[in-house]
Amino acid sequence: MIPARLPRRSGGFASRRINRAPSPLLVRAVPWLTVMLASLLPAWPYIATAPLLPPLGFLVLIGWQQIRPGLLPIWAGLPLGVFDDIYSGQPFGSAVLLWSLAMIALDVLEARFPWRNFLLDWVAAAALIVIYILATMLFAGANVPLMAIAPQLLLAVFLYPLVGRAVALFDRFRLLPLARVR
Amino acid sequence: MGSSANRRSGNSRRAQYTTFFSYVAGGAGAAVGAVLLIVSLFQPGAFAWLRGAGNDVVAPVSRAAAGSKAEGKNLFEAIGGYIAAGSKNARLRHDLEAAHVRLIEADAVAEENRRLKALLGIADRSTKPVAAARLVGSSATSTRRFATLDAGSADGVAVGMPVRSQLGVVGRVLEVSRATSRVLLITDTESVVPVRRAKDGIPAFAQGRGDGALQLRLISLGINPLKRGDVFVTSGSGGLYHPNVAIAVVSKVTSDGAIAHVLSDPAATDYVVVDQAWSAGIVPPAPAATGPAPKR
Repeated sequence: MIPARLPRRSGGFASRRINRAPSPLLVRAVPWLTVMLASLLPAWPYIATAPLLPPLGFLVLIGWQQIRPGLLPIWAGLPLGVFDDIYSGQPFGSAVLLWSLAMIALDVLEARFPWRNFLLDWVAAAALIVIYILATMLFAGANVPLMAIAPQLLLAVFLYPLVGRAVALFDRFRLLPLARVR
Repeated sequence: MGSSANRRSGNSRRAQYTTFFSYVAGGAGAAVGAVLLIVSLFQPGAFAWLRGAGNDVVAPVSRAAAGSKAEGKNLFEAIGGYIAAGSKNARLRHDLEAAHVRLIEADAVAEENRRLKALLGIADRSTKPVAAARLVGSSATSTRRFATLDAGSADGVAVGMPVRSQLGVVGRVLEVSRATSRVLLITDTESVVPVRRAKDGIPAFAQGRGDGALQLRLISLGINPLKRGDVFVTSGSGGLYHPNVAIAVVSKVTSDGAIAHVLSDPAATDYVVVDQAWSAGIVPPAPAATGPAPKR
């Protein structure tokens, strides 16, 4: 008994995955573009009179390196840091130096602790974030009272897990099977 | 998360080289960063062209973001309003007093102006503003306080021009590109504005603290005469900022001066006005004895 018409599964995402592969453009470009966008974002919401917003570009960079180790090359700190320095207001070269060092540190950490849990990732990221913010303050040469950057430090450290989730979301978007395999 | 399969280079010479050179490239990136940093610390304007070009490129997006800022600001204010209702009330009352003081002072200044101008025989040469534009971006993550202005050399903006809102001094233009310019806000730690107390003209310097307040340093030492609620206006010495523009109100008296809060919060101002530098065409540059020009 064959029904006259087979029930068709229309519009289901699974049915559109057959014979598809991730788009090579997205696979390559998404990590770079998301870090660059994150570098730009803090400039826009309001005209700041005190440092408050977390260094979002740096957070997203750490996120990519922890979720997909080795996806961004170790030298990615150079071009991405140049981009961040253009918009961050820091003396030029500050992000180039610190991001390059952070990439190396994360790679060493990855080699030393290949299996990590959430807590270790967060502690490592928090340590990097705190060092980064203090170093940028030092490079900027502004003798700001330490209380003035405390909110930024706290916000950045506690926002990091959320940034990690966002990066995971971007990673799934990156690997969407959109290109038809020929 | 476990390491990726190609992490161990094993016996493959090619994989070993790849790992090695990626580390070399990473180290080279850090070295390049260190060199760039040293150059820009000794010559802060060295990469202004790059920043200018970068800001010009994203200017359309910044503009769009600034357009939607009104709603964002309301959200911030709504949340902040609940938290800070009491202190805000106190501050508003405080500001009202300040406004009252300013009104009286303005009358006095106008009277004085009339007298002095009659004395000098100078016609009223009020300068026309160079441009009116929006602040479209800021360095919200850095301890330096910069803002991006949506007007550049194409609109006649030049380096050194003072920027003000209807509430008071905002800052001055530091770098100019074609469509945008970079403003050093008065709350930056490198910004020094010569000011004087509105009611009796006690001179002081207002230096930014980087956390949204100003540090007032008195020029003449002795007993600190400042009180909470004292209004400070620009003095015009140094030849950059126009005199008698309101700038800050004392909120806390310290041993050698006071901490003051800025009257024109750039977060709350929509449009700002770029003026000619005060000395350009009105008075000759003030001698150094009246106070050093604000450094960058």
